[in-house]
Amino acid sequence: MILAWLIILLMGCGLLSWLAARWNNILPRIISLAGVVVQLLVVVWLWINHGQGSGASRWITSYTHSWIPAFGIQIKLGVDGLSLLMLALTSFLGILAILASWKEIKDRVGFFHFNLLFVLAGITGVFLSLDLFLFYFSWEVMLIPMYFLISIWGNENRVYAAYKFFLFTQASGLLMFLSILGLYLIHGRHTGIYTFDYEQLLGTVIAQQTAFLLMLGFVIAFIVKLSTVPFHSWLPDAHTQAPTAGSVILAGLLLKTGAYGLIRFVLPLFPQASHQFAPMAMNLGVISILYGAKLAFAQTDLKRLIAYISVSHMGFILLGIYAFNQMAMQGVVMQMVVHGVSTGALFIIAGALHERIHTRDIGQMGGLWSKMPRMGAMGLVFVMASLGLPGLGNFVAEILILIGSFAANKTLTIVATIGLVAATIYSLRIMQKVFYGKEQKQWTVADFGFREMGIMISLSVAIIWLGLFPAPVLNLAKSAVVSFAGMTNKQVQAMPDGNNRKYPAKNHSVICMTVIRKNSLNNHIDLKAPIKDDRTGY
Amino acid sequence: MKELLWLIVALPFAGSLILVITGKGLSRFTCVLIGVGSVSLAAILTMFVGVDYLNANPTGTPYIETLWQWMNVGGLSPDIAFHLDTVSLCFIFVVTFVGALIHLYSAQFMWKEEGLRRFFIYMNLFVGFMLTLVLADNMLLLYLGWEGVGLCSYLLIGFWYKDPANGYAARKAFIVTRIGDLGLTIGLFVLFINFHTLNIQAILTAAPGKWPLGSGMALVTALLLLSGALGKSAQLPLQTWLPDAMAGPSPVSALIHSATMVTAGVYLIARTHVLFELAPVAQATITIVGAATLLVAGLAALNQHDIKRVLAYSTISQIGYMFLALGVGAWSAAIFHFMIHAFFKALLFLGAGIVIWVLDEEHNMFKMGGLWKKLPVTFWTFLIGAASLSALPLITAGFYSKDKILWLSYASDKGSVWLWLAALAGAFLTALYAFRMVFLTFFGDAKKTPSQKPGLLMTIPLLALAVLSLIGGFIELPADMGHFTPFSDFIEKTLPVTLMGTTGHYTEFAFQLVSAIIAISGMIAAYVYYFNKPFPAAEPKRNSIQQFFYLGWDFDLLYSTIIVQPIVFLSAIDKNDFIDKCYNGLASLAILINKILSATQNGMVRRYAVVLAIGAIITLTIILYL
Amino acid sequence: MNIGIEQGMLLAALLFLTGLMGLLVRRDVIFMLISVEIMLNAAGLAFIVAGSAWKQADGQVMFLFILTMAATEVAVGLALIIQLFMKLKSVDTNKANTMKG
Repeated sequence: MILAWLIILLMGCGLLSWLAARWNNILPRIISLAGVVVQLLVVVWLWINHGQGSGASRWITSYTHSWIPAFGIQIKLGVDGLSLLMLALTSFLGILAILASWKEIKDRVGFFHFNLLFVLAGITGVFLSLDLFLFYFSWEVMLIPMYFLISIWGNENRVYAAYKFFLFTQASGLLMFLSILGLYLIHGRHTGIYTFDYEQLLGTVIAQQTAFLLMLGFVIAFIVKLSTVPFHSWLPDAHTQAPTAGSVILAGLLLKTGAYGLIRFVLPLFPQASHQFAPMAMNLGVISILYGAKLAFAQTDLKRLIAYISVSHMGFILLGIYAFNQMAMQGVVMQMVVHGVSTGALFIIAGALHERIHTRDIGQMGGLWSKMPRMGAMGLVFVMASLGLPGLGNFVAEILILIGSFAANKTLTIVATIGLVAATIYSLRIMQKVFYGKEQKQWTVADFGFREMGIMISLSVAIIWLGLFPAPVLNLAKSAVVSFAGMTNKQVQAMPDGNNRKYPAKNHSVICMTVIRKNSLNNHIDLKAPIKDDRTGY
Repeated sequence: MKELLWLIVALPFAGSLILVITGKGLSRFTCVLIGVGSVSLAAILTMFVGVDYLNANPTGTPYIETLWQWMNVGGLSPDIAFHLDTVSLCFIFVVTFVGALIHLYSAQFMWKEEGLRRFFIYMNLFVGFMLTLVLADNMLLLYLGWEGVGLCSYLLIGFWYKDPANGYAARKAFIVTRIGDLGLTIGLFVLFINFHTLNIQAILTAAPGKWPLGSGMALVTALLLLSGALGKSAQLPLQTWLPDAMAGPSPVSALIHSATMVTAGVYLIARTHVLFELAPVAQATITIVGAATLLVAGLAALNQHDIKRVLAYSTISQIGYMFLALGVGAWSAAIFHFMIHAFFKALLFLGAGIVIWVLDEEHNMFKMGGLWKKLPVTFWTFLIGAASLSALPLITAGFYSKDKILWLSYASDKGSVWLWLAALAGAFLTALYAFRMVFLTFFGDAKKTPSQKPGLLMTIPLLALAVLSLIGGFIELPADMGHFTPFSDFIEKTLPVTLMGTTGHYTEFAFQLVSAIIAISGMIAAYVYYFNKPFPAAEPKRNSIQQFFYLGWDFDLLYSTIIVQPIVFLSAIDKNDFIDKCYNGLASLAILINKILSATQNGMVRRYAVVLAIGAIITLTIILYL
Repeated sequence: MNIGIEQGMLLAALLFLTGLMGLLVRRDVIFMLISVEIMLNAAGLAFIVAGSAWKQADGQVMFLFILTMAATEVAVGLALIIQLFMKLKSVDTNKANTMKG
């Protein structure tokens, strides 16, 4: 029951905030903050009481309630180690997002917090759902409030960015829905039970071709959400144009729902097809790492740079998931947590900077350390985290992923490790252009105040703690991950394999030679919207 | 007492943390007190721990202190644990002791800087990471220290961040060392896949069983580890960052870029010596790299006009000697030279720092001169340092350490006469550029007068290091001078004994005589060309060969052309991401179709009627006839 | 004398075509309405001729329906035309073109 209350609490507080805006502007902020704090406390309580992972059953707790029995749809929620970690991240980043937008959002505050909390509720639903229909429902619930967040409180090109985000995610989500329906129908035809229940669908026997197609539907939805090249185009615009809280939640949480979906749904539901897809996926992961890094290096818009950093780090996640070993998988879970913290922090810094100097162009920054030493120091910590400095959380995650995928495919891992050098290049560029060097313009700005320092210090403590004491997080992830790896192996061995292919598949050092022709359309997109599309100005 | 090993590492970190947290609340004096005090306490503690360790473990068995388990994933379970044996004891002694002296020096050197607190934060952080590196008991913790010192080096080189050139030098250092670290990281992967542990001692014990002598895997792993060492120790081909790193304050150059961080590569190779012994090709590579580097850097040092750049190239060259020693299997000789080099190079950098400081940031030696009367302590200590660097026979420590390497480069079982000749040529160059530096800086016409005098805090470290540069060598006397070898006995409790090859007729004494003659002739040559000569107070004119050497054999141009510019170019042309254009193209297509179709909605009612009629006729036709 | 069904149908078709042409060609909205009337009557004629050919009363019943419907339609149509005229101050349908996409 407590799981259902988590979602209901967030939605309720969202509605209350919207209403409370009639009285004054502080009340919605307080209400939403209280709601997310309560959620964090509940998650912490669950962690402390059941933190050793689940016992006999797979789930720490679960909740079932029938919804549309005619179609086999239930409200089925369950939490295991992986979801617990993700919930902790959700509430933590949610609190910080609300605190970061305390002074930034000045109009329609109630509606802003309503949207924010509904996004968090949708994300919580995604991480908790054990019913495929409910999962898709929550997936869509995440989308629409985020669309509003970007298009109403965003920056100068917000409508274009919001549309792009919505179309990409919606279209890929529809492909996933087709796959869900396909799975539902096949299962129903084989066993006579038409259900969307995740645990019952796990053992479905599917013909190999169909399984690959169904898996592809899921995979495309999750890869788009995870912003893998070549489906990453929505991310830079969405992150750049969103308000700070929107960027933090986008980068910290929404991207992770894609990774979560891959781990929770794709690998257990389609083990053979996943193994077939693995070489392609690992290649895509490595391409994301390097291409994202290359693009990050070239940007002059600070938030766009940080957005491409996300693309690069998500490549590591894709690489790790399809390495199919425990070490890489735990690295992936660690990376999900750690990336949320470090990139969220970078976005908060970028947002704070934008609030003060009203530009994101790094060509107009420079030498800001002398004026804002605290911001500079915090920037240094998180820039070092982004480049994978040992002692901070990202290193643990990346080294686990790399060692794990080295066991699976040596060549690709070596190429991926070059990504670490690339990370150094773009990370140091941030420090140099923003905080060091000559001042390009004489800004009069205030340094971080009490509230902002509070946010940044909690984030730094988190990232250092994750770097030096990763054991609690890794142990929590282990219980969830071992069951996947074990289940995946078992299922594959149990399945009738028509083509007699041996498992595990041999290492394919297939370098994806895709020739992408440069598009010759030079049209400037004019959506007939009042906001001018001047992306090329940055 | 030796249980306090962790405290040695914790003290500098604690100092740094306290300075960070207390922010601007502390007075400058307190900042300095904490900054210098933490490292000095660590130094004192090192002595106690060292003595206690040696008493408890006379045979050199390692003492391992585990703090906590870092992680435990799929067989990888590194601990945060410290491993004390004779080699790491030697290193922590040098790091803390020389570090404490340099911190003391910088208390006065950096006193007027507004970033004083930030300086000590970074310096303490550096000492903490360096100690972690040399005390790590597993490769992952070593890697933590490795990257940590790289970070602090970046922060300290770019300390005066307002000048973008300093930021550029700092980034260059970080990125070049990171390229080397790429190899080290992949080496870690290979080690883990093969040994299922990253604990160093476990790997070293298991390696000979798993990899036969000369095996390909051992070679690959050794070369990968070597690439990391090359980056950090600024050897060919990754040496380009060190001369530019001189943009940082002089204490930074003294601590990081002469005594400690750049010797991390030497430490790594010494620590994983078993792997290199299993891969003779790799060890030969170390030798060749060392020999080549010492010559390249020596020639470059000879043509510099910036006093700190002379010292930077000198460091590269001397580390080349250490690599040469490691390559021929002269493990304890390499460590010995590391220790002595730390003393005299730190001394030289501190002295150069004083000269630059008193002459208001003048780096060009040709604009100095006549300082020997005005800065007597600085002059004499600098002279002692230069003499030690040139291996002035018998009285300087450098003679004992460098000569040992020269002898073993011929006499060890992997040595050869060519190596000895290269090292000898290097020795001549060393003496030449060292004394060129002394004569240009301290003698001749006084082109600038010092504006201030160094105080006690800056003089004491100079004196201490000068004394060490003189008497430090006496703990390792060669065979023909009494064979008093406590140092190599000490080191050889952990590292292998150097195997000797056949030396034919030649004795060590003959070699010492030759190298003594070479060193002294280098000094004389410097005297002839540079003593009291009327040079113009500007950068000297160079012919094209000298210019080539001056540019450090122009590796910068090479790397810029083949690596830097292509990457920048590739990034810039695709700045707006051509994949984005594909999606925008899709959107444009949709808009185009919209435009075409909206042309049918023109509001002309009669047109609609016509279309209606035609449609009806067609539909009827189809229904009736098809 | 008997009129053959072909001739009746031919007349109905000719009348229908006349009406259709009038509808398509005329600009004046009242004439368009008149043309629609002609088409409706032509259809009615076709029904009657067919009814007499089959010797059933159905054709004439249909004609009554059509006539009623035509009358209603003219009433509504004329009301709309008056509204249109008040808006456009003209009976030219070419002027009623503001609903474009």
